[in-house]
Amino acid sequence: MSLAPKRSAVMAALTVAMVVLALVSLAAGRVWVPFAVWFRPTDPLWPILFDLRLPRTLLAVGVGASLGMSGAAMQGYTRNPLADPGSLGVSSMAALGAVLTLYLGMGAQAPWVIAAAGMAGALAAVLLLMGLSGRSPGVVTFILAGVILNTMAGAGVALALSLAPNPWAVNEIVNWIMGSLADRSADEVAMAAPFMLVGCVTLMFTGRALDALTLGETGARSLGINLDAIRWILAIGVALATGASVAVTGVIGFVGLIVPHLLRPWVGARPGGLLIPSALGGAVLVLAADIAVRLTPAANEVKLGVAMAALGGPFFFALLMRMRRRLA
Amino acid sequence: MSTLAAAGLGVMLGDRLVLAGVEAAFATGQVTAILGPNGAGKSTLLACLAGLREPEAGEVRLDDQPILKLDPRARARRLGFIPQTPEIAWAIEVETLVGLGRTPFIGARGLGADDHAAVRRAMEACDVTAIAHRDVTTLSGGERGRVLIARALAGDPQWLLADEPLAGLDPGHALDACGLFRTLAHDQGRGVVVTLHDLSLAARMADRILVLTDGAVLADGPPAEALSPQVLAQAYGVEARLTTGEGGVLIEIVGRAG
Repeated sequence: MSLAPKRSAVMAALTVAMVVLALVSLAAGRVWVPFAVWFRPTDPLWPILFDLRLPRTLLAVGVGASLGMSGAAMQGYTRNPLADPGSLGVSSMAALGAVLTLYLGMGAQAPWVIAAAGMAGALAAVLLLMGLSGRSPGVVTFILAGVILNTMAGAGVALALSLAPNPWAVNEIVNWIMGSLADRSADEVAMAAPFMLVGCVTLMFTGRALDALTLGETGARSLGINLDAIRWILAIGVALATGASVAVTGVIGFVGLIVPHLLRPWVGARPGGLLIPSALGGAVLVLAADIAVRLTPAANEVKLGVAMAALGGPFFFALLMRMRRRLA
Repeated sequence: MSTLAAAGLGVMLGDRLVLAGVEAAFATGQVTAILGPNGAGKSTLLACLAGLREPEAGEVRLDDQPILKLDPRARARRLGFIPQTPEIAWAIEVETLVGLGRTPFIGARGLGADDHAAVRRAMEACDVTAIAHRDVTTLSGGERGRVLIARALAGDPQWLLADEPLAGLDPGHALDACGLFRTLAHDQGRGVVVTLHDLSLAARMADRILVLTDGAVLADGPPAEALSPQVLAQAYGVEARLTTGEGGVLIEIVGRAG
């Protein structure tokens, strides 16, 4: 039986799902906004639609696509289905960068400082990851390097919290770190979107190399792939896409882990061919999860990052159980 | 005709001298087998010849051009390489894997009609067309070996360098692969350089044999000359008897030399 020919069909289906969910995301919430409001600028619901829901929806698409594609690229590069910006510590290092600016009060002055700090943290993480794991690393080495980065970033955030000048700063940091799309302004979206876009486009240039890496590093080099150049392109792409996402929404984990893994069998498992479907799939997953947390009846909205962790934890566990034989 | 020549190759791995001044030249139209005991430096020599390893001393030249100076993509178009125990990371289809051999030829748009034609030819040459849509992770060792040779041939390379390509093949498929290597060299004019462990297969298949011990060339010549009992005793520490049979030189290992 053929494994691959469904790739275009899968991408078409994901695109349709993304558009439908985006429309639902504009309409759904505590207040239901009917589609008729779209054409009535004087309607009292108009600001809800355009000032609250639209940025939130755009952000869900951008963050989902960025995290999904970053995860697919990192899995392809490491040849490891457990790799993603969350598990390898890239997200938490980006968060540390952003938290430091919040702590130092710089974020309030200029929002782009947070984004820049997030991307710098993510870039540092990717470079440390490649440095820590060395040449031709095994599956376990990368995960251990990720554990080190997650631990270091966690310690840094804890330090910032314990030294925070006042309870409001603590509150701000804690709220932000849990990851949410709620109450983001159009300005924040406009600031982050270009970086996400450039990051994703950069990652698309790694497709051919990721395919060749299926044959290992020696195999890829024998096919004329310049691995040093690919490392840099990948590092910059992941840093921009993940860093910009984390800077605006906080840490939303597991998107980059779950999406490529679920889509892989449907696109013939070619890592380069998985990049765009994973971006679409990431957008679908984050949109759906964000709609779900909005509709969950609770006094306070459940944070999206928390919901994704609740979903992703067991998934990661199941994946590890299935991989256990290979790792042993 | 094209030549691939190693001059004064010296390679260190840590503080161990793996290659110590290897001189060897290879020509297209020939199958050359590199033999030698474990740790003699066969794989390292092949990696240097493929331009994948920078030697500490000496250099490899492809038609008088230093191979490390070639653009990696241009090099990859001329020279196919099959690593020892190659890794296959994902459960892709056989046809997709063979298509990876076209990597040095394609741009961002992926495989074109020419590429697909080359992939089909390579799969036919290696008799893997029937399993084109199988998942590579489910293949037997022999099927895998043939698929990996097809992958290297998909790039239609002038040179094919293969590290232990017959490892894991049963006698029938090993003979088929030998026949394929000879066809590639004799009928299609490619240069084929392989490292092997099986002396008799090497003697049957190769036009020329290079015996490597402790990082130096011990013998170099046609099978009947290069595989003399003295060479085998020195290289492998075994006593061997050579007889000329129907299929060429037959080598019988009598026991440990000594």
